[in-house]
Amino acid sequence: MKTYEIVAKTELAPKEILFEIYAPDIAVKSLPGQFVIVIIGEKGERVPLTICGYDRKKGTVSFAFHEVGKTTKELGLLKVGDRIANVTGPLGKPSEIKKFGKVLCVGGSIMIAPMLLQAKAMKEAGNHVTTVIGARIKEALIMEKEAHAASDKAIVATDDGSQGHKGLDFLKELLKKEKFDHCVALGPVVMMKDVSEITKAFGIPTIVTLTPIMIDGMGMCGVCRVTVGGKMMFGCVDGPEFDGHKVDFDELILRQRLYLPEERVNSVLWEIGECKCGRNKA
Amino acid sequence: MAETKPKPKIKKEAIEMRKQDPKVRAKNFSEVALGYDEAEALEEASRCLQCVKPQCIVGCPVEVPIPTFIKCIREKRFAEGVVALKGKNALPAVCGRVCPQEEQCQEKCILGKIGQPVSIGRLERYLADWEREHGFQLPERAKPTGKKVAIVGAGPAGLTAAADLIKLGHEVTMFEALHIAGGVLVYGIPEFRLPKVIVQNEVNYIQKLGVDLRLGNLVGRIHTIPELMKEGGYDAVFIGSGAGLPQFLNIPGENLGGLYSANEFLIRVNLMKAYKFPEYDTPIRLGKHVVVIGGGNVAMDCARCSMRLGANVCLLYRRSRDELPARKEEIENAEEEGLVCKFLAAPLRFHGDEKGWVKSMDCIAMELCEPDAKGRRSVKPIPGSEFSMEVDTVIIAIGQTPNPIIQMTTEGLQVNPKHGTINVDENGKTSLEGVYAGGDVATGAATVISAMGAGKRAAKAMHEYLMNKK
Repeated sequence: MKTYEIVAKTELAPKEILFEIYAPDIAVKSLPGQFVIVIIGEKGERVPLTICGYDRKKGTVSFAFHEVGKTTKELGLLKVGDRIANVTGPLGKPSEIKKFGKVLCVGGSIMIAPMLLQAKAMKEAGNHVTTVIGARIKEALIMEKEAHAASDKAIVATDDGSQGHKGLDFLKELLKKEKFDHCVALGPVVMMKDVSEITKAFGIPTIVTLTPIMIDGMGMCGVCRVTVGGKMMFGCVDGPEFDGHKVDFDELILRQRLYLPEERVNSVLWEIGECKCGRNKA
Repeated sequence: MAETKPKPKIKKEAIEMRKQDPKVRAKNFSEVALGYDEAEALEEASRCLQCVKPQCIVGCPVEVPIPTFIKCIREKRFAEGVVALKGKNALPAVCGRVCPQEEQCQEKCILGKIGQPVSIGRLERYLADWEREHGFQLPERAKPTGKKVAIVGAGPAGLTAAADLIKLGHEVTMFEALHIAGGVLVYGIPEFRLPKVIVQNEVNYIQKLGVDLRLGNLVGRIHTIPELMKEGGYDAVFIGSGAGLPQFLNIPGENLGGLYSANEFLIRVNLMKAYKFPEYDTPIRLGKHVVVIGGGNVAMDCARCSMRLGANVCLLYRRSRDELPARKEEIENAEEEGLVCKFLAAPLRFHGDEKGWVKSMDCIAMELCEPDAKGRRSVKPIPGSEFSMEVDTVIIAIGQTPNPIIQMTTEGLQVNPKHGTINVDENGKTSLEGVYAGGDVATGAATVISAMGAGKRAAKAMHEYLMNKK
């Protein structure tokens, strides 16, 4: 088997894909909380994706992505047996996994996949684990079965209420009833912001996994800088996990959108075969 | 009265190297300096006095036998010249382009006392380019020693150490964290000063020598240095991981859109080729009014890239022109291309628009103080001299420090706590047995050639260590 070859591909939901790739060096060192940088080809960008599984015996590592931009759409076209040009990792600091007591693990959209890796590790460390998995709509919800298997209790929520709770308001009720010692949240920034605001009111330490724009992913460029507790931090080397009660989420939201116009243009150009990268969809 | 032999006339003026016209080159990323042709190289080589005690060699951090290779050029024995040059310098095509020769070999050239020194750098470039056109000759390798060496980082220090160690018969593996080898030569120095195909050629040469290059392999995360030595079976390690951590100003508004560290800007433009977006996937957004903060070579590179991307560029430097740390040649090139410099001014804060992009900056005028003991003049703000500038892009080029990942993951490795650099002796030896370091990771940000010199010295010391090791 070739390094970075795709061993398994699972469609978790429409446009939400899970890859398992052969990368024995990375698999040996991967821990929950870390990420890899994926490069699709010579002219490709460097895309950070959170690790959501590893099998040290098989020498594989898994990551999930939502087909939203050019690179993720291209990744989505790859099949089992295809090879990714380069995967670098594991990068970033691993999660703090230890016995906290009762742990709440909240995952939104595609980040449910890496959240469940943490939930499993938390459970193995002797914690009582409650997971919350959420998505925009019922059809986009992923890994519900796995969430039940990984935790003592699993709760579902959707933005539109098409499955489970509507929105995150139920969390306040849950926290009034049950006492949690620790919370982790992985998902869209707005979701992590909301979760952090709710847990702050209850004094529950909350760790969020940030996914700012990155290029090198190892501390060189600084584009992933975030403000945490008034201090400048680099998402890639100081994180990607930070204290959710101290992160300046509004700044992060602005910074994540900096290149949206270019990303959209590039995606459309690729779709219509005009991007000149030599890997056109058409 | 005895008849004196007429002295040969010495040409005081060096042969100029042709450059692209400033108006044309300010709009493209092609190489600015075009190099000598054969006639020009022969004429410039003929100026060399072939001193008995050549001072130029003393001025070269890697001790290239300069008069020897110049003599070869003069006599059109180019292939022999290449052998002489490459015996000491594995990356001549790079050094011929980016070395500050005016402070090194050429500063020592005796001709400099009566006119212009011999253009050693241009002649070095000529030979290296001649070799590239005529095909590489691989040097002889010593008999295998059975020793394994790991090189961390494929930048100038690592490439030099790798080339020297493999020629000495050791087995060499080079670990590079990025997906392309070359370090600062590919992510930092722009295409128009150092075409990437030239760097790739030098990397290919080192691979042809037999170096095993592993890309996308971040030492410290995949393998730590103790693991390389214990489980990996490496007898020695050289760390040349560079100074990749950008410095920021720590003033309000620094996280606005349109504010780049020099590293981010250069990585986007050079490594990821954002100037070719959307052919290449990584974009760069640059406004019309770019301010580059800083005054070193990196600041000049950022300014010159920005002009090529169509912006008006102003360099803001807190000292005066006389203190600019950049090479004079780079400043001249940049100003010819349209750079405007604003001296004795420093930024105070940045203001953004509703979408989070920078729109203006507040600055303050500075004045120079008396020189300190080291002769460096510090500056102080002039009270009440605040002013504002409208900007849409800011590039912060005020320096880099070493990336801390290796230092964090290598127990027992002594580090300078203030600068984050690895402590080494004059041979690059660290506090750990068998572990050597050199280049920016040991000195803080410096030049390509000083990193190569460090790689060379470390390779020599490592060879001695390996041959004496039981």
